[in-house]
Amino acid sequence: MLNWLAGMLTDPNVRWILFGSLLLGLGNGVIGSFSYLRKQSLLGDTLAHASLPGICISFMLSGVKSVGLFVVGAILSGMVATFGIHAITRYTRIKQDAAMGIVLSFFFGIGIVLMTHIQHSGNGNQSGLDKYMFGQAASMMKPDLYMMAAVSAGLILLSILLFKEFKLVSFDPGYARGLGYPAAALEQLLLFLTVVSVVAGVQAVGVVLIAALLITPAAAARYWTHRLGVMVVLAGLFGALSGAAGTLVSSALDNLPTGPVTVLSATSLFVLSALFAPGRGVIAKALVSRKVKSDYVLQQAGNSPELQTTVKASGEEV
Amino acid sequence: MADFWIILTGTLAAASCGILGCFLILRRMALVGDAISHSVLPGIAFAFLLSDSRDSVFMLAGAAVFGLITVFLIQFLQRGGLQADASIGIVFTALFAFGVILISRNASHIDLDLDCVLFGEIAYVQWDTWILNGYDLGPSAVWMLGGTLLLIVLCVGLFYKQFKLCAFDPALALACGIPVALFHYLLMGLVSVSTVASFESVGAILVVGMLIIPAATAYLLTDRLSVMLLYSVVAGAVSSAGGYYAAVWLDSSIAGAMIVTAGILFLLAFIFSPLHGVAARYLKRRRLKSAAA
Repeated sequence: MLNWLAGMLTDPNVRWILFGSLLLGLGNGVIGSFSYLRKQSLLGDTLAHASLPGICISFMLSGVKSVGLFVVGAILSGMVATFGIHAITRYTRIKQDAAMGIVLSFFFGIGIVLMTHIQHSGNGNQSGLDKYMFGQAASMMKPDLYMMAAVSAGLILLSILLFKEFKLVSFDPGYARGLGYPAAALEQLLLFLTVVSVVAGVQAVGVVLIAALLITPAAAARYWTHRLGVMVVLAGLFGALSGAAGTLVSSALDNLPTGPVTVLSATSLFVLSALFAPGRGVIAKALVSRKVKSDYVLQQAGNSPELQTTVKASGEEV
Repeated sequence: MADFWIILTGTLAAASCGILGCFLILRRMALVGDAISHSVLPGIAFAFLLSDSRDSVFMLAGAAVFGLITVFLIQFLQRGGLQADASIGIVFTALFAFGVILISRNASHIDLDLDCVLFGEIAYVQWDTWILNGYDLGPSAVWMLGGTLLLIVLCVGLFYKQFKLCAFDPALALACGIPVALFHYLLMGLVSVSTVASFESVGAILVVGMLIIPAATAYLLTDRLSVMLLYSVVAGAVSSAGGYYAAVWLDSSIAGAMIVTAGILFLLAFIFSPLHGVAARYLKRRRLKSAAA
């Protein structure tokens, strides 16, 4: 096992991919914490699906598979999607969940139509576009990796610099406005960062599952702490761990796309957190409720003499 | 003939999804429908691995089981103190990832193409016919979707009053003695079944468009539930026919084109609906303004 790991790590190619997915998981975990607090977890899913037409259109216009152009196209169509959701909820009685569903499937439908159109048009350059569905970290090139690493590093840096502002806007946008912060602009910025982090990860994890990198590590981190700073760091850590695990496992075995493995690693971390976290975890809660129950029984027993004898008779059972 | 069978298949799928979608939208559970449509994938894969055949009955059963597991898990996490949106996201991504891994690991010896599960293969519907005693009874997908639609119409028709009350006011329904939880799980079970019945034609991902978009279009056009159900089915039928011809014209995925057509119908309703459209609101405001002036 260790030999195998060492062998993997000395391969420079794998090392680069590993580094990229570490940074990606870190950045997504950090941004995901804010969207978790703003109850916008599923927005990431919508934005990821909505990035597909942007990717296809930029390929159709340029005719080359350039990551930079893809990112620009994906960000643009992601922003159009957020405006779509906003317009539907603002001008009709349709609620946000249905609005997200409508925008998600409509944009994804456009993306599928464009993608199949490109594939049928017989452009020899198009192979690999379908990698965007589930991600294939192993097939990434150096420039893709640089892009991914740079974007993730930028996200992390921006979140550190604007931590106080983001914190305020996530918990109490009204108060932030009262203090004179440009709350609307900050909210837009957070939305934009969500789009960017989703788009950066699409190539590694795929359109369908990238949302999990935003949601799951943040939700797992929430179990361990009540402090946002700790939560952001933990979510980043969980994200980085799952990104690394996904890359390693999927490049070691055949027929295993990276995205699903990454997502399942994140889910395992979530399940562990939900079970074992002190205070909010399932086991800790069960222990507390057992203790409260037995305390209550003892207290009742202290009040009534006949119960006291039954408690003593049954010993430690209660 | 191919045109006819493809459009009929699409219409049946859209009708099944459209009826259920109305209830999902009214109960504000549109994204639970999205989650179910993703997480039935491991159910399909398991049914395939265990039965070693593409028998639709096994797949329907496997998917219905996983659909109910999804709903149960989402509610379990929510009761444990997790936010609704996060619990939906965690459950469906995990189950979907599990399904993708099951399929791609066994890709060598199962004839279940991931692309066909995700995007459907409605173009080949007419070749896969159901043959009974040597008689060719037409495409098997049409029979399966027809059966699903019949089941849905039966359930909704028999318990229309109950479904309606649960959709608009669950608390009142509970007070009237209607088993709200039972109808909740019945609805979710029907959503899972119709998702699987449709996945062969429109694919697991685009089913969510069929569930939500026609129903949302209908929601903008009327204030009566019965009329909304009818409009939703009509919108689904129009988008499957329109989508087919658009796909032929553009040489692209039929399922994708159907969803895009449904989306364009929604856009039209969004702008021009006489009840809730943007144009109607604008005109009304102008009329009020000039009346006040």
